[in-house]
Amino acid sequence: MRARQLERARQLVVHIEAEDDEAANRLIEEMGRMHESLLFEELGKLTRDLHEALNAFRLDSRLSEITKNEIPDAKERLNYVVAMTEQSAHRTLNAVEESLPMAESISRQAKDLYKAWQRFRHREMSTQEFRLLAQEVEAFLERTGGDGESIRRNLSDVLMAQDFQDLTGQVIRRVIHLVQDVEENLVGLVRISGERLAVPEPKRKESKGAGDGKGSGPAVPNTSDGSSDVISGQDGVDDLLSSLGF
Amino acid sequence: MKILIVDDFSTMRRIIKNLLRDLGYNNTAEADDGSTALPQLMNGSFDFLITDWNMPNMAGIDLLKAVRADARLKDMPVLMVTAEAKRDQIVEAAQAGVSGYIIKPFTADTLREKIDKIFERINAGG
Repeated sequence: MRARQLERARQLVVHIEAEDDEAANRLIEEMGRMHESLLFEELGKLTRDLHEALNAFRLDSRLSEITKNEIPDAKERLNYVVAMTEQSAHRTLNAVEESLPMAESISRQAKDLYKAWQRFRHREMSTQEFRLLAQEVEAFLERTGGDGESIRRNLSDVLMAQDFQDLTGQVIRRVIHLVQDVEENLVGLVRISGERLAVPEPKRKESKGAGDGKGSGPAVPNTSDGSSDVISGQDGVDDLLSSLGF
Repeated sequence: MKILIVDDFSTMRRIIKNLLRDLGYNNTAEADDGSTALPQLMNGSFDFLITDWNMPNMAGIDLLKAVRADARLKDMPVLMVTAEAKRDQIVEAAQAGVSGYIIKPFTADTLREKIDKIFERINAGG
């Protein structure tokens, strides 16, 4: 570059000394043009870089997608978690509240009967009293059979109520996934604005759903889950399967 | 009757285990994911598989496909117990050869009903 300029400068001196104004002017013009084209080239490069950076920014539309759909979705999902856990807690508490008095009454009556039975065994009981005791024992056995069954049913209900941990756990994991996604995209955004013209790699994460084989957890009402073809309830599943020849 | 229960949530495994015990099935084992379940199935003499769909490493649907593709395991009844309720998924499971499909949350009655139905079909030679 410099050698070429030097050569032209020498040539210019030769032209001027030879008083060849026409050739000298042509050379000066040529040299100006050379400089201009360099400038344009540099400007072009800058424009392209800027264009690419803006494009990359637009490509990173994941962030706007997140704010538009997935954050409101995540709020609904967390509301679903609150509702589910509340429902399970009430179900458990109901079963406990119903069972505790039964267990208490069985225990109290058994103790009373045991005392009376001991008196009978030590021959401290009149025939009249024994007749009463026999009636009480019969009533107690009958009641305990029924209460025992109720307590068993309530404990089963407590067992089933714990399914919330699985269902809400799946939903919470999905929200954690989203939070990580937001974090990564925000870091990308900071990098774009921090480094001039640095082109970030567009982060593309497929939102989880059918097709990737992984599953997406329970369908939460008022979220994007509503738009997909979700079967509601066991009856719906049974109908679908029987239509498939099951 | 030896049953393998596969779910990544230990709470759900315990629920199913307890329900099975209620139904008279006491011989159960557990795995937390398809990739740990498959070696257990290969080594153990299991008669029945109950699996979730949504699990971290190997999903239930892939476990089902792996079971159906294995010469020794291919006839094992597989019951899917999952929160996945999309039509496409249920159809996919049916096509992969699932024996029954239960949507979470489910009831003890539903589990009993589906298990009974599966064994009825096996005993009928279907």
